[in-house]
Amino acid sequence: MSFFARFAQNRGALIGLIILLLIIVMAILAPLLFPESPWRMVQRPFLPPLSQDGYLLGTDTMGRNVAAGLMHGAWVSLLIGLVSTSVALLIGVPLGAIAGYYGGLIDDVLMRFTEFFQTIPNFALAIVLVAIMQPSITSIVLAIALVSWPPVARLVRAEFMSLRHREYVEAARLVGQTNSTIILRQILPNTLSPIIVLASLMVATAILLESALSFLGLGDPNVMSWGYMIGAARTVIRQAWWLSFFPGVAILLTVLALNLVGEGLDDALNPKLSRER
Amino acid sequence: MVYARLILMRLFKAVIVLFLIVIFNFLLIQLAPGDPAAILAGEAGAADQEFLNQLRERFGLDQPMYVQLWRYVSGIAMLDFGYSYRLGVPVFDLIMDRLPATLLLTGTAFVLSLVLGIVAGSMAAARVKKPSGSLIMALALVFYATPLFWVALMSVVVFSVYLGWLPAYGLYTVGAGHTGFALVLDVATHLILPATTLALFFMAIYTRMTRTSMLDAAQQDFVKTARAKGLKPSVIQRRHILRNALLPIITLAGLQAGQMVGGAILTETVFAWPGIGRLMFEALQQRDYNLLLGIFFFSAALVIVFNILTDLVYRLADPRIKGAS
Repeated sequence: MSFFARFAQNRGALIGLIILLLIIVMAILAPLLFPESPWRMVQRPFLPPLSQDGYLLGTDTMGRNVAAGLMHGAWVSLLIGLVSTSVALLIGVPLGAIAGYYGGLIDDVLMRFTEFFQTIPNFALAIVLVAIMQPSITSIVLAIALVSWPPVARLVRAEFMSLRHREYVEAARLVGQTNSTIILRQILPNTLSPIIVLASLMVATAILLESALSFLGLGDPNVMSWGYMIGAARTVIRQAWWLSFFPGVAILLTVLALNLVGEGLDDALNPKLSRER
Repeated sequence: MVYARLILMRLFKAVIVLFLIVIFNFLLIQLAPGDPAAILAGEAGAADQEFLNQLRERFGLDQPMYVQLWRYVSGIAMLDFGYSYRLGVPVFDLIMDRLPATLLLTGTAFVLSLVLGIVAGSMAAARVKKPSGSLIMALALVFYATPLFWVALMSVVVFSVYLGWLPAYGLYTVGAGHTGFALVLDVATHLILPATTLALFFMAIYTRMTRTSMLDAAQQDFVKTARAKGLKPSVIQRRHILRNALLPIITLAGLQAGQMVGGAILTETVFAWPGIGRLMFEALQQRDYNLLLGIFFFSAALVIVFNILTDLVYRLADPRIKGAS
């Protein structure tokens, strides 16, 4: 069975993929449909949804178009999710690979280091990092990456430990390949499928983390994000529920879609391990 | 005594981790852009040069780095977290004042999510490949994907604004002057919304975990034996499968403690619950960095204590495990 056929067998994964594609389209169309800055005041504030043409989801406390914010926010969420996950992989994969490949003292030291990061409550750490580095896309991405790499390191380490004594690795060693070549060209390619599955779930978690940070007022002040929209509307929740409602649904759908896709990838990439459902 | 040695070992490890966090906090202040004194003072101090000089002297910021570090570490070792310069109160006192509310909230949410999660997960495991089982798992996935703060806000809209059933803010009704049982009841009604919203996310995790763990346990030989003996499926499910499936859940619960702190920050913010999570939000808003770092340190300490406790429970529950991990 082909990769896609196996993926498509999981109905949830297909639904997730469709939702995800829609959100990507939203992000791409945002600057075309709403070329103006989503921060601009365009109508009177507190316009309820469907009450006026052109303002499908109403306006917020400052008269900004909620629909425009929602579409521009899609771009920010996806971007931060992807970039911070990539940075987390850049930290976690090498650490895990070195720990798992060499073992012994290096492994001990690196794993203590990983455990240390796992013990620290990760959202609290992210808050402290962003607050002190000052909120910006860069500090948010760094903070999210710094709190989410440990599971990657653990996964990669476990994979390396189980693969490092395989025959093809011994063979590579016999023909005189260097350690770095063995790590990069022999073992790493064989650990890719679990890493891809984990990464897709990490993008989802990163989006949740970003939204929670901006909800608390730690978003980049120059970009419109879903979490910021909910946070800004928190105090007027009694008068204007829709201001928090729509961005929340957007976050929920995106995170849900990524989780479904992750499960589908798991089924497709690790058919033997597929759980019964 | 195996346990005594074990606890000592874990405490030793905990002290090392906390020491590293203190150093981390110290470095963070040093590495942050701008004057460390201004950072400690927050925005308020930035304008007043004299106040900054005072701070510099207090923290010894004019001294060499290692002297500063020594002062900072030894201060915290004696539970001196310094002052919240915004509120003019020692950080330690502020945290102690807010701690009980947080413990009440997270404790309730923890028990609630564990009980509901295990019940839902074992129901799902007993109904594999049936629509009702899939429905439970779909719901669990939705709760897992929903931002906590959003559930909190929406539950305020529904249960407090529209239905008017439950209070949305605070720990008790201010000015009602309840005492005794009336006060307990009042706090309990205020607790329902925050505890439930905080519990939903963790319930989702425990549901998924319980189901997987039970399906694994169901494959084992002793289950086949039980079936061959002709025991009722419900008895096998409860007494053979569930009991064995619970162990990994205890481990997982310990690992969730850090997440619980994060959840508490968000829930307490929305519900104006006067705990350390809300305090952290207030510290953020007022750029009260010394308070922020104090809370961060403290929340890490709480997580470590909780981890040690779950580790002990795990060992009590499964006597096969011996020695330190």
